[in-house]
Amino acid sequence: MIGKQRNGVDASGYPLRKEGLRKRPRVNEVIIQSVLFFAGFFSIFTTLGIVYELGKEALLFFRTPEVNLWNFLTGTSWQPHINQFGILPLVTSTFITSAIAMTIAIPLGLAAAVYLSEYATEKVRKTLKPILEVLAGIPTIVYGYFALMFVTPLLRSIFGRDVVEIYNMASGGLVMGVLILPLVASMSEDALNAVPRALREAAYGLGATKLEVALKVVFPAALSGIAAAIIVGISRAVGETMIVAVAVGAGPNFTFNPFRGAETMTGHIVRMSGGDLSYDSIDYNSIFAIGLVLFFITLTLNIISQRIVRRFREVYE
Amino acid sequence: MKRSYANRDLIQRLGFSLLTLLALTTVFPILMVVGYIIKEGAPAISWEFLSAMPRDGMRAGGILPAIVGTLYLTIGTAIFSVPLGIAAAIYLSEYARDTFLTRLIRIAIINLAGIPSVVYGLFGLGLFVIFLRFGTSILAASLTLSIMTLPVIISASEEALRAVPQAFRTVSISLGGTQWQTIRRIVLPQALPGILTGVILGLERAAGETAPILFTGAAFFLPRLPDSPMDATMALPYHLFVISTQVPEMPFQIQYGTALVLLIFVLSMNIIATVIRSRARAKRQW
Repeated sequence: MIGKQRNGVDASGYPLRKEGLRKRPRVNEVIIQSVLFFAGFFSIFTTLGIVYELGKEALLFFRTPEVNLWNFLTGTSWQPHINQFGILPLVTSTFITSAIAMTIAIPLGLAAAVYLSEYATEKVRKTLKPILEVLAGIPTIVYGYFALMFVTPLLRSIFGRDVVEIYNMASGGLVMGVLILPLVASMSEDALNAVPRALREAAYGLGATKLEVALKVVFPAALSGIAAAIIVGISRAVGETMIVAVAVGAGPNFTFNPFRGAETMTGHIVRMSGGDLSYDSIDYNSIFAIGLVLFFITLTLNIISQRIVRRFREVYE
Repeated sequence: MKRSYANRDLIQRLGFSLLTLLALTTVFPILMVVGYIIKEGAPAISWEFLSAMPRDGMRAGGILPAIVGTLYLTIGTAIFSVPLGIAAAIYLSEYARDTFLTRLIRIAIINLAGIPSVVYGLFGLGLFVIFLRFGTSILAASLTLSIMTLPVIISASEEALRAVPQAFRTVSISLGGTQWQTIRRIVLPQALPGILTGVILGLERAAGETAPILFTGAAFFLPRLPDSPMDATMALPYHLFVISTQVPEMPFQIQYGTALVLLIFVLSMNIIATVIRSRARAKRQW
């Protein structure tokens, strides 16, 4: 029924309302949408809030006459009570514990990923993955306690009580590796699974064995995704707090010996919470400066990992 | 370049065994942690341990205030993070177009998920405890935990919402439903089990966290139950931290017992989430 319409009257002669057929705005729909938008926007607000809060206190820290940025970044002694604020001892122990964790998490995690993606039957995969997921929920403080009560005595009985201190980086690092393992394994498995079937079939067609396909074709093809998994693992290790706070030690120590106690950036922040921290002191401001450094390290690692993943996607899709 | 087939076969078998072995090694140490805590902690569990106040500077008695405190913090976290997280997920999945702002929101969520929990603790200290003058309280700690948990809840809920087939929405709209009616009556009920799983997993993480509550609401020793959200509280993870590092001559049994109670608290949440998910998957018709 396409008839010519006169102005202001519809086809059957009824007068049209002013709005015509335009969709009427529904007030409650608009309100709901704005509320939902605000909820989404909240994340940006939080991110800015974190940067602002850390930045503000860190700025107060760097403004005090006892501190300068150069000494902060290159000093090898962190002793707030005598105004020595060199972050290096905290950074080195952070990286030593993280490195120990990654030497556990990378080989085991990748092997588990290759096994789950290329070899495991559906049944095995369906049992293992949920177990790993459930176990990923264990609080890190429990891991830390396990490191202190089980791994440290074990290390001391193997390497000798004179060599291994009660609080040491090796114990914390090893248990941290166990904590990060499922993360690296599961992210790498996703990357391996994303490799197109055609690549595998082409290699089989050329006469390759299953192991050759897995290690020489699929693994290299998924390398960027695996790299991203490893970087996220490192970022988690750098930010991991309670394991190192319990098992690694309670005093900054500029050492590269994994059997000695030391204090990581996160561990130091935790210990400062234990004392009577007054909110206007330089100690108080200093933990925010450490927090800011920690924030930027983990943020950089996460951004690198996201970049790698995005580039990887472009190749196959 | 000649290689014998037997040799190749051997490498194949060796490689397979090695990979299997290493994959099993992945599960083994984690199971060992659980087994060890259960074995050492089980003798400590008694009715008194679960229901009494700590005595003798926490070296005797029970851990009731820590259990109740963790319960309060988990509930407090849920009150703030669940509505906000689900709302954000609905916005991202149902309303947001691919604009610069949406992309910015997504980047913010991904990066918030990677920030160490201790940094959230510092943020909560600066914002809630000091600036907003909540003091070290259940309120400040719950808010801090909420902000840490939000990215987990948002991502999981958005994934659940996106999994609902587009056809469901199209049908509802074509029958005259508004967008919000479609979401509330069609999409949300279908996505509910997935959302619930994500929410529980997020809250589980919050319940087990120590670092964010260190500065914001955890009390070293408080032999009574908190009676207002402005009170500080004991909490299981922080209690374990305190009694394993700060209290000299602490009986091991109480330490192991606390670790076990925390483990059971958290893992039972996890198991509930897993059950909800697998049941929903079995029932699902799409």
